[in-house]
Amino acid sequence: MTTRAPSAGAQTPDVVQGPQGVPTVPGAVPVGGRPDPRPMSRRGEILYFALRTKKVIIGLTIIAVFLVLALIGPIIRPGDPDALIGPLGASPSADWWFGTTSFGQDIFAQFVYSLGSTFLVGALGGGIAAIIGMTVGFVAGYRGGWIDEVLNMITNVVLVIPTLALLLVAAAYLSARGVVVEALFIGFTSWPWAARAIRAQTFSLRSREFVNLARMSGVKGLRIVFGEIAPNMSSYLFLTFILLFGGAILIAATLDFIGLGPTSGSSLGLMMYDAVAWSALQLGLWWWFIPPGVAITAIVGALYITNVGLDEVFNPKLRNT
Amino acid sequence: MLTLERVSKTYKVGLFGGTDLAAVRDVSFSLQPGEVISLIGESGSGKSTIGKMILRLLAVNGGAITHDGTDIATLRGSALRSYYRTVQGVFQDPFSSFNPIFKADHVFGLIRGVYFGSASTAEWERKLNDALEAVTLDPGQVLHKYPHQLSGGQLQRLLIARALLLDTRYLVADEIISMLDASTRIDVLNLLGDLKARGLGILFITHDLSLGNYISERTVILRRGRIVEMGPTAAVFGQPLHPYTRMLIASVPRLHEKWGQIDAGVRAGSGWAPAPGERCLFHAAVPDGGAAADLAGLAGSGLAELEAGHFVGCVAPTADGTCGGRSASAA
Ligand SMILES: Nc1ncnc2c1ncn2[C@@H]1O[C@H](COP(=O)(O)OP(=O)(O)OP(=O)(O)O)[C@@H](O)[C@H]1O
Ligand SMILES: [Mg+2]
Repeated sequence: MTTRAPSAGAQTPDVVQGPQGVPTVPGAVPVGGRPDPRPMSRRGEILYFALRTKKVIIGLTIIAVFLVLALIGPIIRPGDPDALIGPLGASPSADWWFGTTSFGQDIFAQFVYSLGSTFLVGALGGGIAAIIGMTVGFVAGYRGGWIDEVLNMITNVVLVIPTLALLLVAAAYLSARGVVVEALFIGFTSWPWAARAIRAQTFSLRSREFVNLARMSGVKGLRIVFGEIAPNMSSYLFLTFILLFGGAILIAATLDFIGLGPTSGSSLGLMMYDAVAWSALQLGLWWWFIPPGVAITAIVGALYITNVGLDEVFNPKLRNT
Repeated sequence: MLTLERVSKTYKVGLFGGTDLAAVRDVSFSLQPGEVISLIGESGSGKSTIGKMILRLLAVNGGAITHDGTDIATLRGSALRSYYRTVQGVFQDPFSSFNPIFKADHVFGLIRGVYFGSASTAEWERKLNDALEAVTLDPGQVLHKYPHQLSGGQLQRLLIARALLLDTRYLVADEIISMLDASTRIDVLNLLGDLKARGLGILFITHDLSLGNYISERTVILRRGRIVEMGPTAAVFGQPLHPYTRMLIASVPRLHEKWGQIDAGVRAGSGWAPAPGERCLFHAAVPDGGAAADLAGLAGSGLAELEAGHFVGCVAPTADGTCGGRSASAA
């Protein structure tokens, strides 16, 4: 899949306005510079369509709401979110917006702090996975040969490593694990599919004539990858990052929920783990597990909706405007 | 001087690269400044592969390509950049030669960044306008446009202009005419003539015999990756030595002839095979296959020089260098 160039200049009128609005024949260079009748740059055009695609707006709005909560939450509720400060197992009220746990912890405080760590896991884990995946994919796809074979082997090894078993071993040895460690772990294990996808894309673009033309222009390999090949798949790279971001959040929640999460700090998955561990379900403390569950679903869902919407933005053929 | 010495190229094809496809075998010739050589052969005969090897876009599997005595496979870094300053190419397919997401001038921007870093904008624009003028393009009409907004002929001429911006001494022109309409075709042919007069060596790759005949001093006929005949264009077209060349010349459509009137053997086209009993001039001249004799520096290349500068290859070459034609033993 390659994105065809957007027809930014397709609307270019055949007759361009010269200075003082005098129509001139195309090609006749008016005094004082070349005419540039393009109404929009590529970046501008993508922004234009992105802001008019419903799915993108919905997805980004949901994410923005949670992001704002994560940022201002700790300001509204300063202090240790795990402090035992409230009544035991109180339902949501004006004082305790999301109620309290059966130990008297403020669930809203826990929630906003956890949101922050969820975004941290997504950005750090997804970011690391994206960087490794792109580097491996670009190098393997562009260089080919034995480099490709070695990288491919590494990719396949990481792909089939039983992540869970590895984590169990790690849990046994690392008695104290923070959110960052978890994010690093996710980042270093979740990149293989991205590497394979990018390798395949790079491989198909590498044999295109324009890459040869860049080589004949004396351009170095690295600049060919980032100047010619990567821009051709920018939408692809962007979508890869979004999927890795959402994936990291989901993996983290799963790990937390089965008890392999951080031993310190808070996270949405840990909140759900605690809620289940202290029988919130049986005791009817729905306010304990509903907010983190809804938040995880909403954030990951919003990322996927954005992804689908951006697909339409980047691929002019899918646009229905 | 650009010299190919027994150059071979094998592609790995098939599942897991298990099968070898010999696209070019033992090709030797050299290109001098100020000379046009047409490289003629049917589709799939390895013409573009030869061009890409000269441009160092593909590595050779056997033999060597040298530029003024230096093996181009050894070039790295700045040596490679200065090679590309003098040796340039224009490819068969102009549409894929442009990165679709950038405007067409991107191809000029690339060489400006590498080779003209110190030139002022005014100086650069003047150079660019001169180059565009040389290929009869109107700057205002072609610059600042996306490739898909330009025609194949315009793109092809932009690529030629790009080659002109550098101090090109050797140009590999791979089927650059086929995309053009009749009137631009003449313009570009004349441009190539001008370039030749300015001292450029041009490797004119084509499958069109009449174009090759029109423009070149020397002709190389390629069949299945091998040179079957090579020599001065007038000699190759006037007194073809190889039956394959004769078939190619006979199959050029002529205005007054209808398809049905053409010899059936010619109509068979690419399924061509030497007629039984066809005399092999190569093995007649070099009974041992040329392994021992140094034929004007082309030892072992499978060519025999029958007239001054006019070489012919075996009628039915086999892998071990013997003649698969019936007359080999008779010779
Ligand atoms: N990248 C590749 N991988 C595998 N085989 C290839 C590759 N490029 C070319 N070939 C094969 O090598 C042979 C020669 O190809 P080449 O492109 O040099 O032919 P050509 O003479 O330029 O043909 P045309 O006139 O159609 O352009 C063909 O059989 C082709 O299928
Ligand atoms: Mg070709």
